[in-house]
Amino acid sequence: MVEESGAKEASRPDIVMQSRQSADAKLSCRGLWKLFGDDAERFLARCDGHPSAEQIAGAGYIGAVRDANLDVHDGEVFVIMGLSGSGKSTIVRCLSRLVEPTGGELLFEGEDLLAADEKQLTEIRRHKMGMVFQHFALLPHLSVLGNVAFPLEIQGVDRATRERRAMEVIELVGLEGRETYFPRELSGGQQQRVGIARSLAVEPDVWFLDEPFSALDPLIRREMQDEFLRLQRVLHKTIVFITHDFDEAIRLADRIAIMKAGEIVQIGSPEELVTNPATQYVAEFTRDVDRSKVLSVRSVTTQAEDIGEVAGEVKADERIGEVAHRVVNADRPFAVMDETGRVIGRLEKNAVLDVLAPHGSRDVAAQ
Amino acid sequence: MTALTGVETRPAVVRRPTVLLWALTLAVLLALWFAGARMEWLAHYPDEWVLPLRDWVSEAMEWLVKEATFGLFTFKEFTRGIAWLLNVPLQACLVLLAHGLEVPLGEESSILIPPLSWLGVLGGVTWLAWRVGSRGLAILVGTCFAYLAVFGQWNSAMVTLSSILVAVPVGIVCGGLLGILGYRSHAFERAITPVLDLMQTVPVFAYLVPVLFLFGFGPVSAMIATIIYAMPPMVRMTMLALRGVSAEVLEFGRMAGCSERQMLWKVLLPSARHSLMVGVNQVIMLSLNMVIIASMIGAGGLGHDVLTSLRRLAIGDGLEAGVAITVLAISLDRLSQAVANRGATPVHLQTEQGFADRHTTLLGIAGILLGTYVLAFFIPALRSYPDQLVIDTGPLFENLVAWVNVHLYIYLDAVKSWLLINLLIPFKRLLIDAPWPGVAVVLAMAGWRIGGWRLGALVASLAIFIAVTGNWEKAMVSAYLCGISVVLAMAIGLPIGILAAGSERFHRIAQNIADTLQTLPSFVYLIPVVMLFQVGDFSAMVAITAYAVAPAIRYTDHGLRGVPGEVIEAAKMSGCRRGQLLWKVKVPLAMPEIMLGVNQTIMMALSMLVITALVGTRDLGQEVYIALTRADTGLGLVAGVCVAFLAIIADRLIGAWAARRKRELGLD
Repeated sequence: MVEESGAKEASRPDIVMQSRQSADAKLSCRGLWKLFGDDAERFLARCDGHPSAEQIAGAGYIGAVRDANLDVHDGEVFVIMGLSGSGKSTIVRCLSRLVEPTGGELLFEGEDLLAADEKQLTEIRRHKMGMVFQHFALLPHLSVLGNVAFPLEIQGVDRATRERRAMEVIELVGLEGRETYFPRELSGGQQQRVGIARSLAVEPDVWFLDEPFSALDPLIRREMQDEFLRLQRVLHKTIVFITHDFDEAIRLADRIAIMKAGEIVQIGSPEELVTNPATQYVAEFTRDVDRSKVLSVRSVTTQAEDIGEVAGEVKADERIGEVAHRVVNADRPFAVMDETGRVIGRLEKNAVLDVLAPHGSRDVAAQ
Repeated sequence: MTALTGVETRPAVVRRPTVLLWALTLAVLLALWFAGARMEWLAHYPDEWVLPLRDWVSEAMEWLVKEATFGLFTFKEFTRGIAWLLNVPLQACLVLLAHGLEVPLGEESSILIPPLSWLGVLGGVTWLAWRVGSRGLAILVGTCFAYLAVFGQWNSAMVTLSSILVAVPVGIVCGGLLGILGYRSHAFERAITPVLDLMQTVPVFAYLVPVLFLFGFGPVSAMIATIIYAMPPMVRMTMLALRGVSAEVLEFGRMAGCSERQMLWKVLLPSARHSLMVGVNQVIMLSLNMVIIASMIGAGGLGHDVLTSLRRLAIGDGLEAGVAITVLAISLDRLSQAVANRGATPVHLQTEQGFADRHTTLLGIAGILLGTYVLAFFIPALRSYPDQLVIDTGPLFENLVAWVNVHLYIYLDAVKSWLLINLLIPFKRLLIDAPWPGVAVVLAMAGWRIGGWRLGALVASLAIFIAVTGNWEKAMVSAYLCGISVVLAMAIGLPIGILAAGSERFHRIAQNIADTLQTLPSFVYLIPVVMLFQVGDFSAMVAITAYAVAPAIRYTDHGLRGVPGEVIEAAKMSGCRRGQLLWKVKVPLAMPEIMLGVNQTIMMALSMLVITALVGTRDLGQEVYIALTRADTGLGLVAGVCVAFLAIIADRLIGAWAARRKRELGLD
């Protein structure tokens, strides 16, 4: 099944890229389907597991997730981005089996998650998964401390231990001093910090965040994104992050999967999406992105053995925005070095200016 | 211009068949009417055609009590068992609050262990009110309980309170459990919903008849009737509250790895507790209402006092007990609301707290009760409120009634007679003379036009059921009393609602009035009415109107306030004057909501209708009342179901109309 879909879709660069990396995947799915409607499993089987969009609509089903393949690697931030109705919320619920997938494979740490019975699943959720919700989903009758300790309470951890652990994560998210407050006494941002702390209390291996910042004001959202990045630098969790905001995805993601109408259109790093959008749909999103923050020096490097005289050196994986000021103000190009310190080419002032002030946006990617 | 006319012609096309159909229906009605003069069976449903449903019901009940058995024990033993089980806590409460306990010592002598001191109970509830609410609430509740003591209503009130103290927890637990079952199983929900619908529309007296038959006369059967009556809203609220828990919270519970039980007790119920408390409040208020009415099957307490004074036409005594019921109702209502609000809005506490800090409320109550109890052994005035300090307002009210009769009688009587002759009696004759098949046709037509053929078939068959069971004429009297009262209630409620929607201050006043009106047990309304207008249809009408006016005010106010602000701003910007704004924008948009208010008014009116049987009406309510005095289960249940069917006809028609109109206006 895995090989088959890989071979079949070999023409699509994103799929190839992703199956290459599947060896160390923490969480992966192959040919995952979720159809809403009666007897969806039989319908899927009748169509040999691959109904077309027309077949699905014709039979009165809703194809929330269609033939999704993805791998989430250990310690990466994997963002699933899509507009409302694209199936991104459904797919994250399939990955945690909050919603039962109609068909396909789902592997968690190499084990078949779909084969887990209710008891095993409960154990996995108790110890290995954490989830943050868009509208926080806090329990109104419990204090901050009670909410954060709740998942441990459910496991039967004694009060002293669970409250000690809860205090640790409360401090981690910067809510110390508020532990006796009740959710309704907190602002939206603070409530989501509680939600984050609660999901971290059990030290999950996989951390699901379902549009965690969408319900917040723009300024608070920004602050929470920074907070999230800070946490991830400390924790190195394996993260599945859902959002409808492309800028947020660019900002937080190691890799992004873009969904449209239940299908994953493209998977790649922010830079790959910007430089090489697979479809017009993806290009629509990337068009207004601030490229200097996404593109690396490598992507605009003029490759050459002999680079001539240079004003200085920059690293290939630096973002252009980080070096732009130096490059633009120098009268000679810069040498570009890879991770090993080897010179791979030179960075011209014009290439940087093209990124900062694009005149034909496609051309930049082509270089 | 062409576009405009194009738009205008469309509704005309739709309207023409409607007008035609209605004209046709009216013609059929009139034809049947005239034909009724020739064919007697058209005008009056013939007695020989009546289905002996009530006899069948009576026989079934007879069989149930005398012969039915579950194998190990008979049905009778089963009911006895329930009664015994409920009697234990009831007696405990009565001993504690009202009677004390007589412990026999040897042959002759015995010692009386006294009940709790009145001052202790008063202090306890005041302390509770202060802890869960505010100082204002404490003053209110304290004053209310002081009234009970000072005006000599203490013992009766404590008997009533005892029934409530047992009935409410039982009702909450049973209702809650059924609600949880309904939440878990859709099949169970589908099975129980129509039963709940019927239970909430069957008049209260109808409950009493079978309960009287199965459990006999006495406080326990009164309490059973109370529990049955008060439970449906709890079942409904529990299902609603649990379904109202957001999907995310449920998902969180599953992600945290909750077991089924943890999910229910640690996630669902606590998250839903605000809505659940609304159900609890309803159970309390309905229990109080019913425990008063259940005095007819031996509940004792305040209801008994009101009932006996009404029968003796001793207005003064009745009024005193009525006010006592009212103050008890107000205190219980506000107390339970305060508890609900406190639970819904927890506030963090600054300091670490020990056991005593966390349980001040309970410890305080226990301390007050115990302290006064001990003190009462030394100071007899604490044990029971001293008789010489009781203020008896009976004579005062008697004098007031006498004064009213002497000085205002002619005016009141003139109003009454004029209305009776010009409005009530003609309307009554009209409804009674209307041919029953004709009315059924009109109802079917209305149902079909509003909500499709299913609705039409439903309302017509309900109407025919009423005729077939031989209750047509009585039902028409009910419809007439109810109809006139609803029109009156709307005539009073609409303007008040409009005023309340227009001004914040008036809104608060109207809100308070409506709240208080809805808190009062239905019995209480009869007292002043009988005092002013004696017995009869007119008094019934006044009582029903007063009882049913609250929803008319509330829904009008709410509907007008619900009109979107942008629409109002748009109307103002197009230059609407205040009057135009109200009549051309707000009222049409609020109409569906107002109609729901009318619906609620009809429901309230029908439930009051049965109570007014006590002041001598001749309708279905009277049938139920008669059945009660004769313990005739068949008669009581069938007449009760007929009242419920009247209610369902009105409810379905208006509900369907309001829903359709809301959809058309995009107000969903």
